[in-house]
Amino acid sequence: MALTLHINGRSVDVDAAPDTPLLWVLRDELGLTGAKFGCGMGLCGVCTVHVAGEPVRACLTPLAAVQGKSITTIEAAGEGRIGRAVQSAWLALGVAQCGYCQAGQIMSAVALLRATPQPSDDQIDAAMAGNLCRCGTYPRIRAAIHQAAQQLRETP
Amino acid sequence: MTEQHDALERAHGVTRRTVLKGVVAGALVLCLHESGQIALAGTASRKYGVDAEPGGAVENPLVFVAIHPDDTVTITVARPEMGQGIRTSMALVVADELEAEWPRLRVVQAPGDQARYGNQDTDGSRSMRHFFGPMRRVGAAARMMLESAAAAHWGVPVSEVHAEAQQLWHRASGRHLSYGDLAQAAAREAVPDPQRVRLKSPEQFRYIGKLSTRAIDGADIVAGRARYGIDTRLEGMLYAVVARPAVLGGRLIDYDARAALAVPGVVRVVEIAAHPLPAQAYPLGGVAVLARNTWAAIKGREALKIRWHDGANASFDSQRFEGQLEQAVRRPAEVVRNDGDALSALQAAPRRIEAEYYLPFLAHASMEPPAATARIVAGHCEVWAPVQDPQGTRDLITGLLGMKESDVTVNVTLLGGAFGRKSLGDFAGEAAVLSKAMGGTPVKVMWTREDDIRHDYYQAVAMERLEAVLGPDGLPLAWLHRSASPTEDATFVAGAEGEDSSEYGMGMINIPYRIPNIRLEIPKVPAYTRIGWFRSVYNIAHGFAIQSFIDELAHAAGRDPREYQLSLLGPDRRIDPRTLSDQWNYGESPRRYPLDTGRWRAVIERATREAGWGRALPKGRGLGLAATYSFMSYAAAVVEVEVDRSGRIAVPRVDIAFDCGPQVNPDRVRAQLEGACIMGLTVAKHGAITFKDGRVQQSNFNDYPLLRLPEAPREIHVHVQQAGFEVPLGGVGEPGMPPIAPAFANAIFAATGQRIRHLPVGESVSRT
Repeated sequence: MALTLHINGRSVDVDAAPDTPLLWVLRDELGLTGAKFGCGMGLCGVCTVHVAGEPVRACLTPLAAVQGKSITTIEAAGEGRIGRAVQSAWLALGVAQCGYCQAGQIMSAVALLRATPQPSDDQIDAAMAGNLCRCGTYPRIRAAIHQAAQQLRETP
Repeated sequence: MTEQHDALERAHGVTRRTVLKGVVAGALVLCLHESGQIALAGTASRKYGVDAEPGGAVENPLVFVAIHPDDTVTITVARPEMGQGIRTSMALVVADELEAEWPRLRVVQAPGDQARYGNQDTDGSRSMRHFFGPMRRVGAAARMMLESAAAAHWGVPVSEVHAEAQQLWHRASGRHLSYGDLAQAAAREAVPDPQRVRLKSPEQFRYIGKLSTRAIDGADIVAGRARYGIDTRLEGMLYAVVARPAVLGGRLIDYDARAALAVPGVVRVVEIAAHPLPAQAYPLGGVAVLARNTWAAIKGREALKIRWHDGANASFDSQRFEGQLEQAVRRPAEVVRNDGDALSALQAAPRRIEAEYYLPFLAHASMEPPAATARIVAGHCEVWAPVQDPQGTRDLITGLLGMKESDVTVNVTLLGGAFGRKSLGDFAGEAAVLSKAMGGTPVKVMWTREDDIRHDYYQAVAMERLEAVLGPDGLPLAWLHRSASPTEDATFVAGAEGEDSSEYGMGMINIPYRIPNIRLEIPKVPAYTRIGWFRSVYNIAHGFAIQSFIDELAHAAGRDPREYQLSLLGPDRRIDPRTLSDQWNYGESPRRYPLDTGRWRAVIERATREAGWGRALPKGRGLGLAATYSFMSYAAAVVEVEVDRSGRIAVPRVDIAFDCGPQVNPDRVRAQLEGACIMGLTVAKHGAITFKDGRVQQSNFNDYPLLRLPEAPREIHVHVQQAGFEVPLGGVGEPGMPPIAPAFANAIFAATGQRIRHLPVGESVSRT
């Protein structure tokens, strides 16, 4: 069944059942492999993308739920001001180790900063609780979110 | 032991932890003289470090360095990247000696080819330990070839040419050329003898030991461009998900694929043959569903109807096994170290202190589950896989497909975490077998999280029993330790039981404490599942038990745990590990890598000082200390816990002091220690794999939870000891792990009076 999706500013037609999770369409059909597979149950956050600006777990989100909505993946995160600041802070602080979860971490961090431009540690903890990292980069993720927030505050 | 080792070599070549056994059984003969001096016979034939690894080190610059006419420099890194930063760290070592400019540098990942690149089996925290020297010489040799080419070009003596910032200079005439200008001529120069290359002195380093290089893959990672095993896409590729036997050694009876084939997108259903046990690195066998996309393959697998014969392991129950381990550590067992007469001292003592500590099976749960892609074109199999041991995977596939080694290429992608799981390439073997079954069509095998949790090579469960008698000064007069844990050897050799010398060599046998009577025993206990290597391996259980027990002894003696630790270590000295009955020493030379109690003391002093050991804490808070030596590095952790009125445990702060000798990439050293702290806290609080009816009872992050960001300490302070480059390098990836769980447990005792002897602790404890 053909559906039209709006991904990273472009419209694309995909031929898939409406109950297909968005993640597999992004990865297998469209070649957008930045969003990862980690659990298939919305437990780890490595598949996080934005739908209408909100972070969602693509592994649990059926195509039917995103039709007609604006979808943003990590591949386009750098096109926004907040995304660029987050990516830049991630690099400056050397957050990534293996890097596999970081696309999801960044998408969650961007959504947090959009809603809460100057988050406290508690707010960061709450917003990032759904994103697992087995390498243990959590301390640097906290620090990088603070740094991105500061950069966004100082250079509006 | 000899037979076991021979079988291991036949089965798998030499596996990582077993190199020593041939030595124990073979050429090396030890006599302990009354003076305590070791007399050695046959040491000349013994090799250590990288020289003892299959393939050794290759030092030919033409293998690793390419300079292009546009002045870009390509460095080939042969060791897989799994988050430890090795692509950056190896490259910066070569680049520094080469005098290459970092922004113009590219890194190429080598495929599995041990004959060409030297050893590529990336585990044991030894990439930099083994290749720092060789890669410096590679970079320096390439620089010397450029200098020779420049000298010939200008017709001047080579002594008048020098390289700096990717330019060659003839100072006297002011002439200079770029590396790119001379690359072709340089490649025709003779390769210098590795022993005669001119290395920089450490004060000339630009990248080594500095913070001047950013991660080579950083920009790709934050933009979602980095390519992991799961990300391979080939034209016409099929996606496969495999139904594997739930019990190790289980066999397919029959299956009905009709419903699976009716799922839109499903193309074929293919049986994968099971290999007889021992499992080794072979695919587990089962039924694969191949489809046009991953989702269809997953849905197709759900629709399969399969009947299995569970086999001999169907009765395995880890709770019952825990009882068997308890029985095993309460009976005498094989003695692997015996100083003095601990048994008499223990029997004679009016008061004996005893404790048993338990570590469950652990799953690695790297965020990237196993995944690999294979295709066969014109008789050549090409694989893309996130594997720690590319040559081992190549050997596996060569055997599985009945091909020549030269017809198998294993390309190494980035590894989305590994921690030891991806040392064995069973999942890549599945991809190769399936591609062959499909006439060479590209096939990507995707493991779901459930597959990963249920079909891991698990960190071995362990029961550790310790007994001690304290003397009048409160220090132990006698120490008995029995460690009952299945051996990883059992994955390769049917019937192997109990830890081998490399396994009890991880933090059990090589204790340097000043105790006159020490007896260490290894009960023979079987393995009923695939045992593998998990970051720091047997050091986890040994470290947890020994460092907890020392804390218990300190409290029993009424002494401060820090001061007690230091007293146990005694005066600073460098100990030949063979005098501790440790023949393994992580495969390193006992002369080059003695155990240095002064360095151990120093990390304890540093961690406790930085953490404010002894400071007044509010009720419900406590500090715990643990200090371990593993992979030639020293680590001490002070964990601060806060237990609220409901018993819920929080960790506000951790201080880790670490001595790995000199640091090649200091920021990555810190990152590894931070990561080990988080993973160590997961081991302490959350991780447990259990079996019932031979089946793993966990399946995903709901029942195998990992530490989440809100639980991460707000403060992790890593204090790295400084050392000059004359000190041999220690490991970095693993040695941060062992002290975390015991320091956490000791902190809970300090905060609540409750002693933790059984991991994981969970979210909370009862507060007294």
